[in-house]
Amino acid sequence: MSPKAERSMVPRERPTSYYGRPIVKRPVWKPEIPLYFFFGGLAGGSATLAAAATFAGRPRLARRAWAGAFVGVTVSPVLLIRDLGQPRRFLYMLRVVKVTSPMSLGAWLLAANGGATTLAAGLNLLLPRRRGGLPEVGAALVGAPLATYTAALITNSAIPAWSEARLEMPFVFASSAAASAAGAAMLTVPSAEAEPARALGIAAVAVEEVASRVMLKRLGPLAKAYEEGEPGKIDRAARALSAAGALALAIGGRAGRRHGASEADRTRRAISATGGALLLAGACCKRWAVFKAGFASAEDPAQTVDLQRARMAGR
Amino acid sequence: MSARKGFFTDTSVCIGCKACEVACKEWNQVPPDPRGLTGNSYDNSGELGANRWRHVAFIEQKLSVGVEEAAPESLVEEAARQGLVADGLDQHEDADGFRWLMSSDVCKHCTEAGCLDACPTGALFRTEFGTVVVQPDICNGCGYCVVSCPFGVIDQRQGDGRVWKCTMCYDRLKDEMEPACAQACPTDSIQFGDLDELRERAARRVELLHQRGRGEARLYGDSEDDGVGGFGAFFLLLDEPETYRLPPDPVVPTRRSPEVWAAALGAAATLVGGVAASFLRGRR
Repeated sequence: MSPKAERSMVPRERPTSYYGRPIVKRPVWKPEIPLYFFFGGLAGGSATLAAAATFAGRPRLARRAWAGAFVGVTVSPVLLIRDLGQPRRFLYMLRVVKVTSPMSLGAWLLAANGGATTLAAGLNLLLPRRRGGLPEVGAALVGAPLATYTAALITNSAIPAWSEARLEMPFVFASSAAASAAGAAMLTVPSAEAEPARALGIAAVAVEEVASRVMLKRLGPLAKAYEEGEPGKIDRAARALSAAGALALAIGGRAGRRHGASEADRTRRAISATGGALLLAGACCKRWAVFKAGFASAEDPAQTVDLQRARMAGR
Repeated sequence: MSARKGFFTDTSVCIGCKACEVACKEWNQVPPDPRGLTGNSYDNSGELGANRWRHVAFIEQKLSVGVEEAAPESLVEEAARQGLVADGLDQHEDADGFRWLMSSDVCKHCTEAGCLDACPTGALFRTEFGTVVVQPDICNGCGYCVVSCPFGVIDQRQGDGRVWKCTMCYDRLKDEMEPACAQACPTDSIQFGDLDELRERAARRVELLHQRGRGEARLYGDSEDDGVGGFGAFFLLLDEPETYRLPPDPVVPTRRSPEVWAAALGAAATLVGGVAASFLRGRR
């Protein structure tokens, strides 16, 4: 290059954009997808909780949690098929197993979990004295990744605010799934048997809050996608619902300790059930907020450019 | 498998005629997608998508050439006095500091293609020409490729649900014809051929432009060391990539997959551990 040519004719200020148009495409997914993230989490979390309850000899908790897991794995494919538009299109998903595609692996995970959960749920509902076996272990082992792979699905993408959250998002989803499973159990199991679910629910909300904060901190300027606008509003609602749910579970803590159903116990029981419902609502809103944050991030070309420019400067 | 085919789009000779857009639509029977007037220069077709596989960008730039204050009468005369015309100002057509960049964008047919890696059905595949093509009869409209493309190229077609993008005229390639856009381009801004040969040609072209004082000319996507292993369709640009709506440092999501899965499995293990712990606590 001649010395003359090195004189820049173009003033370099901050990165420009093309009429402010986005660089990456916004997702084309319908609301069924964040709902699926919620129900998949409920299915996976409940299968894990249910398996533990079966092995721990808490049959009432086990039966209700298995029912929750079954509802989750039954609703999930319905939501996915609705998003695709035509039912038979879902079958194309089962043409191949593709390790580079979290969606392909996820489809197989969902299918495997559907089988294992249905079997385990059936056995637990039919045989009240069952102490657990291979179906329960299988359902829990594919259930836990079913709850977290949806985080891998969105972080394995070109959307900056999703992709850069790849290390923390699965923990947000895992804790949210645990809160869902615990919430469903608290809502449906009115006895002392549900105590582990109460502990799980309170702990899950705490872990979710911590994981979310770490995620936003590490995202730096990309966190804007989660904090501002519609996603920000939904995320604040999610956190408020979850926190209220955890508080209700803590207050209702002594409800199931004694049988006899005095007036006070009935009140505490109602508080616990309300807490469970709040946890479910919070978990659903959390997925919704994360989903919408991806749209906000995709629509802002500066998120794409600034991230890449910072990476280039660091090299 | 034949030699890998590609596009070299030399934007320094693009005249913004949009013949490529039209030829592409005609040959591939891509549906119309009128959007009215955008007010963004001569660009009224927006960006690449399901119904636009070539897109011409128009960028109007008023550039400071550093002589504005010194030239109360005529910018042209002042620029000539300072010898700026031979130095590169000749590209600003009226020597008034205005320049018009035009560029025909297209699918990059990445060596490591995010869309291809993400596709859960096998609808997206690598052809014998090294290009990336969607098979419409297998695509199930899951939309995962849409968020997996670092360039925002592939998109879902409304009412159809499936995704569509440039095929580099796979049908024409099989008949040893060049793609419609390249054939229609009147200035050879779009060049089609064996990728290796195109890369050599592009290197010579950028060197020539530098010798002529066009220091801002740079190749984009010609290196196999980038985040997608090199583009099958690369460019010669006269400004930063983002000016043209192109990402400056694209990385295929698949390169992050080991981290993604480690975190997902770690979180799954934590979930199992957390559930188990809540039962231990309950026993006490």
